[in-house]
Amino acid sequence: MSFISKPKVGHPALQRNELGLWQRDYEGTISTLCAGCGHDSISAALIQTFFELSIEPYRVAKTSGIGCSSKTPAYFLSQSHAFNSVHGRMPSVTMGANAANSSMIFVGISGDGDSLSIGMGQFCHAIRRNLNMAYIIENNGVYGLTKGQFSASADIGSTAKKGEVNNQKPIDAALTAINQGAGYVARGFSGDKEQLVPLLKGALRHKGMALVDIISPCVTFNDHEGSTKSYAHTREHYHQLEQTDFVPPAEEITVSSEGRELTPVRLHDGSHILLRNVEKDYDPRDQAGAFAYLKNCQLRGEIPTGLLFIDENSIDFHERNNTIETPLIDLDHEDICPGADVLAEMLGRYR
Amino acid sequence: MSEKTPQRVNDFVVKLANVNGTGSASANGLLMKTIFRMGVPVTAKNFFPSNIQGLPTWYEIRVSKDGYQSRSGRVDLMVAMNAQTYANDLAEVTAGGYLLYDSSWPRDRQLKRDDIHLLGVPLAKMVNQQYSDPRSRILFKNIAYVGVLSALLDLDPAVIDEILDQLFARKTSLLEANHQAVALGRDYALEHFECPLPIRVEPMDKTKGHVVIDGNTAAAMGCLFAGASVGAWYPITPSTSLMDAFKSLCERYRIDPETGKNRFCIIQAEDELAAIGMTLGATWSGARSFTPTSGPGLSLMGEFLGLAYFTELPLVLFDVQRTGPSTGLPTRTQQSDIIAAAYASHGDTRHVLLFPKDPEECFYLTVEAFDLADRLQTPVMVLSDLDIGMNDWMCPEFKWDDNYRPDRGKVLRREELDSADSFSRYLDVDGDGICYRTYPGDHPKGAYFLRGSGHTANAKYTEDPDEYTDLMDRLRRKWETIKSYMPEPVLHSRNKAVAGVLACGSSDGAVQEALDRLEEQGVPMDYLRVRAFPFNEQVEAFLAEHERVFVVEQNRDGQLKMLLLNESTATREQLISVLHYNGFPLSSDSVITQIQVAMSARGAAA
Repeated sequence: MSFISKPKVGHPALQRNELGLWQRDYEGTISTLCAGCGHDSISAALIQTFFELSIEPYRVAKTSGIGCSSKTPAYFLSQSHAFNSVHGRMPSVTMGANAANSSMIFVGISGDGDSLSIGMGQFCHAIRRNLNMAYIIENNGVYGLTKGQFSASADIGSTAKKGEVNNQKPIDAALTAINQGAGYVARGFSGDKEQLVPLLKGALRHKGMALVDIISPCVTFNDHEGSTKSYAHTREHYHQLEQTDFVPPAEEITVSSEGRELTPVRLHDGSHILLRNVEKDYDPRDQAGAFAYLKNCQLRGEIPTGLLFIDENSIDFHERNNTIETPLIDLDHEDICPGADVLAEMLGRYR
Repeated sequence: MSEKTPQRVNDFVVKLANVNGTGSASANGLLMKTIFRMGVPVTAKNFFPSNIQGLPTWYEIRVSKDGYQSRSGRVDLMVAMNAQTYANDLAEVTAGGYLLYDSSWPRDRQLKRDDIHLLGVPLAKMVNQQYSDPRSRILFKNIAYVGVLSALLDLDPAVIDEILDQLFARKTSLLEANHQAVALGRDYALEHFECPLPIRVEPMDKTKGHVVIDGNTAAAMGCLFAGASVGAWYPITPSTSLMDAFKSLCERYRIDPETGKNRFCIIQAEDELAAIGMTLGATWSGARSFTPTSGPGLSLMGEFLGLAYFTELPLVLFDVQRTGPSTGLPTRTQQSDIIAAAYASHGDTRHVLLFPKDPEECFYLTVEAFDLADRLQTPVMVLSDLDIGMNDWMCPEFKWDDNYRPDRGKVLRREELDSADSFSRYLDVDGDGICYRTYPGDHPKGAYFLRGSGHTANAKYTEDPDEYTDLMDRLRRKWETIKSYMPEPVLHSRNKAVAGVLACGSSDGAVQEALDRLEEQGVPMDYLRVRAFPFNEQVEAFLAEHERVFVVEQNRDGQLKMLLLNESTATREQLISVLHYNGFPLSSDSVITQIQVAMSARGAAA
C-alpha cells in the first residue's frame, strides 16, 4: 500500500462529466491492499464507470461483507454511502436497503470467500429475489487476509503458494448465477479495464440482479506458477466471447461491425450493450446454451469473459412484489399510519 | 361420590383435552368468546404440540370474576376428548370436579376416580347419526360438546348463536349445521344431567371496553401504527404469527389507493441471519424496520446484533421466547433468552430489552420500541413469549392518539445538511453519547462509511488504541443516557410489606394473584414489575428499600436475577429465586408455594 495521499486537484485540461464532476470526484481513500492487487484495478474501473455514467456519488449505496474485496468500497466513491457489514451477508443488507429506498443505485462488492463459502446462501437468494443491484465478485481463488487458504472458487489442481494442491471442485459464480436465473451475468478480468468498464456500466443499468464475476489475481498469495488465478494463467486462458460497448440511452447506435455479427441488447433505461461476437455461435440470451457452453469451457480450463447471459425481460423484486414506486422512506407518517378510528374498527373483530 | 361440589360461580377452570388437527380450536374459541360476551372475565391458554396432526393438545379456560389472568393450578371441569391422555387428564381434575367424556364406547376401566363426577355423553354416536361425511363428523363433535357445556355451565344460547352467525355470515351452508350441532349437545345435557352444574357462568358487566387478543397480533398492530415499512423474517414458532398478522394488516391498510401498490415491503428471508441483515439494511436507509424471531433465531442473529450495537443502527427485534435450550420445546413458553438477548454477540455488547406483560403492552411497547430504537440508535429487543404471543388474553381496548408522530431521534435530513459546515457520524456533539445520523441518498454531505471495524468520530477506519477506547467509552456513556429513556417499572405497594417481589413480562398475572392470596394469609409484599433493561433508578430504589426480594421468573437459571446481580446494586443475599420452567405458563399456586417454602426456610434459619 502507499501512504501518501494524493491532493484532490484537477488539471484544467481534464474532462468533466455531465454533472460537471472530475473523475477524481469519484475516487476513494488510498488503498491499503498490496501493490499490484487486482482489486485496485477493479476500483479504478468502477471509478471510471461511475464517472462516465455521470452518476451522483451520493445516490450510490456501496455494500460489502468481509475480506480484501470487501474493504475496497473505501477506495472508490468516497462521497457515496457505504455499509461494510459482516462476512457473507452483504446481499441481505443490500436487500433491506433496497426495500427501504429503491431509488438508490446499489453496488455490492464481494469476494469468492464472502460469496461462495460463508455467503453462498445469501448470494443465491439475492439472485432468486432478483434484487436490483450490481453484484461484483472480486475473485482470486484464495483467502488473502488470513494468508493464503484455498477458497471455493479454486480450481482442481491449482496449487497454493507453499505447494498444497487443491482437490475439491470449484464453485463457479457465473454458472451458479445463470443457473439461479440472474438476469445479467458477466465475467471480466481485472487486467482488462477496456472490457470491464462496459460490462460494469451494463450491470449498473440492468434492472435486477447483475452479477459481474471478475478474476482478480492476488499478487501476494495466488500469483505463482501452478495457480490458475494468477495474472499469467488468466492472460493465457481467458478469451472474450464478444467485444462489448455500452451505449447510453440518448445516443444513436452506429454499426461498424467489421464483418462480425453485431447485437444490440436493450437495457431497462433505454441504454444498450453492443456485442460484437468473437465466438461465432454464442448467444448470451440463451440460458441453457450459455450454461452448457460455459460448463464445457470450465472443464477445459478456459476462462471465457464478456456478457455471459442476459434476460432482457427480467422482472425485479419490487415489480414482482408490487411495491409502490415512491421509496418507502419518503412516505409520510399519515400515509402509513391508519389512525385511531381504524384501530377501533380493527379491534371490533376481537370483541 | 359423596363429596358435594361447592358453588363456583364465575370462578372455575375448564380444560379441554383434544387431538391436534381435529378442528377443536374453533370450538374452544367459541366457548371462550361466549363467556367473554356474557361479560365475565376470562382467559385461555393453549398447550399445543410441535405437530400438525395427531398429538395431544389442551385448551385451558379460566373464568375469573376477579379478573385474574394466569393459571390457577386447578381444573374444575375436564373435557376429555383424547383417549391417549385419559389417564393424566383424569388425574388432573381437582377433587369434587367433573370429567366430561365421550361415552360412545365403554370407558369404565380407564375412568376410575371416585372423588369426581363423571359425565358421559355419546358424542361420536350422536354426530354419526346426524352427519354423513367423515370430516363433518369430526368437526361437529367439537361443536356438539360446546352445546353440552352450554347447558352444564349455563351459557347463554343466544350469545353462542350470535357468534356463530358472525363467524359463518359468509358461509351460510355451514351456519345451519353448526347451530344443529350445538342444539344436539345442549338437548342431550338438559335431558340427562342436572343443569347447570355448581360451576357455572352468571352474566356480569366486566368485559365492556375489552378485547380478547393475542400478543403477536397486538405487536403487529403496534408495528403498523408506529410506521414500520420494512419487515424481514424467517418462519419460527412462536413468532411466526406476528409477521403473518403484520402482512394481513398491511394488505388491508397499506395499499396505495391510487396505484393499488404496497406501501410496505415484507421479505421472507432464507434464514435469520439474512432476516436481521435485511432489517439493518432498511434501518440504515431510514425506514422503520423490524424482525420477529424466537430463541434459535436470536442465536443466529448474534453477529449482526453486535454490528448494530457497534455501528449504532436502530433495530426493533421481537423475541417471542419459547422453551430452550437448543430446539427445546418449540411450542411451550419460557423466559429463558434474557441473558442471551441482553449480551448478544461477541465483544463488549449490551442491548436494550423491553418486557411486555400481555398483548396490551405488546401494542404500546412496540410503538415505544420503534421510538427508542431511533432515539437511542441501537437495537431494542421486545422480549415477549409464547404465552403472551400466541394465547388469547382479555385486555382493555388499545387507544391511539392521532397526534402521535414518530420520534426519529437525531437525524440530519436534506435541509439541515444543506446548511451544515460538516458532518461527523460518530461525534458526540450533545455530550449524551448519542450522535447524529443521516440517511443514504439524502445529501452529499451526509455520506459516511458504516463499518463494524474500529472507527473514528468521522467514521474512518482505525486501529489506534486511543481512538478505539474513546469509542468504547462513549458507547458506555450512551448506555447511561439510555437508562433515563427506559419505560418505568410498575410498582404495586402493600401496607406493612414484609418483603419485595420482582418479576417481568408474562409472570405478572400469576404474581399479582399470588400476592393477593399471601396478603390474605398475613404476608403482604411489595411488587415491582420491571419493564426494561437497563434497569433505571426506580429499580435501584426498590432494591434499596427491601431487604429481601423474591425474583420470580420462568427459567431454570434465574436469568433476571443474574442480570440484577450484574447490573444493579442488588446483593446475592438479598435476592431469592422463584423459578418455573416446565414449559407451561406460570401458575399462581406455584408462586405462592415457593414463596411460602422460602419464607419458612428463612424463618427457621433466623
